[in-house]
Amino acid sequence: MRELHVNRITETIERLCIDACNHLPEDVKCGIRTCRAREDGEIAKGVLDNIITNFEIADAENVPICQDTGMACVFLEIGQDVHLVGGGLREAVDEGVRRGYDRGYLRKSVVKDPVRRGNTGDNTPAMLYTEIVSGDKVTITVGPKGFGSENMSAIRMFKPSAGLQGIKDFILEVVETAGPNPCPPIVVGVGIGGTFDKAALLSKKALMRPIDSSHPDPFYADLEREMLEKINQLGIGPQGFGGRTTALGVNIETLPTHIAGMPCAVNISCHVTRHKTEVL
Amino acid sequence: MEKHITLPLTEELARTLHAGDTVYLTGTIYTSRDAGHKRMCETLAEGKPLPFDPKDATIYYVGPTPAKPGQVIGSAGPTTSGRMDAYAPTMMSVGARGMIGKGARLPEVVEAMKKYSGVYFGAIGGAGALLAKCIKSAELIAYEDLGAEALRKLYVEEMPLVVIIDCEGRNLYEEGREKYLKSREV
Repeated sequence: MRELHVNRITETIERLCIDACNHLPEDVKCGIRTCRAREDGEIAKGVLDNIITNFEIADAENVPICQDTGMACVFLEIGQDVHLVGGGLREAVDEGVRRGYDRGYLRKSVVKDPVRRGNTGDNTPAMLYTEIVSGDKVTITVGPKGFGSENMSAIRMFKPSAGLQGIKDFILEVVETAGPNPCPPIVVGVGIGGTFDKAALLSKKALMRPIDSSHPDPFYADLEREMLEKINQLGIGPQGFGGRTTALGVNIETLPTHIAGMPCAVNISCHVTRHKTEVL
Repeated sequence: MEKHITLPLTEELARTLHAGDTVYLTGTIYTSRDAGHKRMCETLAEGKPLPFDPKDATIYYVGPTPAKPGQVIGSAGPTTSGRMDAYAPTMMSVGARGMIGKGARLPEVVEAMKKYSGVYFGAIGGAGALLAKCIKSAELIAYEDLGAEALRKLYVEEMPLVVIIDCEGRNLYEEGREKYLKSREV
């Protein structure tokens, strides 16, 4: 059994929160640059130029790309041969978020209660997901998630008879309804299958995957490509001002599901789709 | 069209701005978002004055990140304006004419804009680091307890914006998309 002190988890999460908020992943940068080259409208080109300048400033000056530094979504894959020592895991994760958002001058955007509100002041608690996997490593992914795009996400419990067409129509409907609100160009995370809750989680996990990757099953890889093309025919464009680039990528994750159902969740993310991973 | 404008946003100036114009804005603006708007509208309902003079004022829907040492302000891009739709007509009724944000507005906001000659500007959502560069001074003027949502007075220079909805109710979200889709047909 490998022993791992929870302080290592705290330190890593602190660093990943700051890095993720200040430095856009290479796959997203590359996607934005490619789309800029393809746009022809003056307003659309201008918007994408400013978006590129923005992430370059954030890189150079080590400042947040966007002021909505989000809720800290933390995914832990914990090897079953790891023994965590030195304190509670939940506390260690939240302490990492607390330090990251304080020392990184990130915005504290979490309220204590969904109805009665009141800022927690330190951006905790993290939205924490743990999974026990084989091996003796701990893989930590931090994805700060902004709410302009989170608010435009949706889930639907389809009858199996709705079929593939039902899912395609739903994805387009969610993007169409979102319009300019989630800061396009967007990244679309789709979760299909599982239960109500698992579909939503899959759609979030889909956003943690690089946009230049595809689903391992060619059927869903094709669906990702087809949906990206269809979304970009909507004409919503950068910031909703009209243009070719509405989405940078569509990532789909799937799970087996019940004979009676076909859950589908669509999690929308903005052009500041952030995630950083480290293995301990 | 590209325009360089200086605030305050008088009715005369507002009438020269049209949906789709690229605007570089210079002058004093005020920041407020969800909780700040709620409080301002409660203040008005009680018949009390706002923390700033709303006449011809422009409000930026933003909750910035904390300033690092040596910075005027942290990253400061727009938040989704639709959440302020419930308050915007009231704010316009007391003279606040300009709104800076991102995303769609309700028809009642557009109606109020026509009535009071309001202008809705779009700043690039997610471009917080870039927009912070245009902010030359920031002063906290009220509601400090709201943290990122506190009311701030900003002086901005050449802030890059696009007119999304003008005071005649023309809307770039509709026209821009239509224009693009038409260009694909041929």
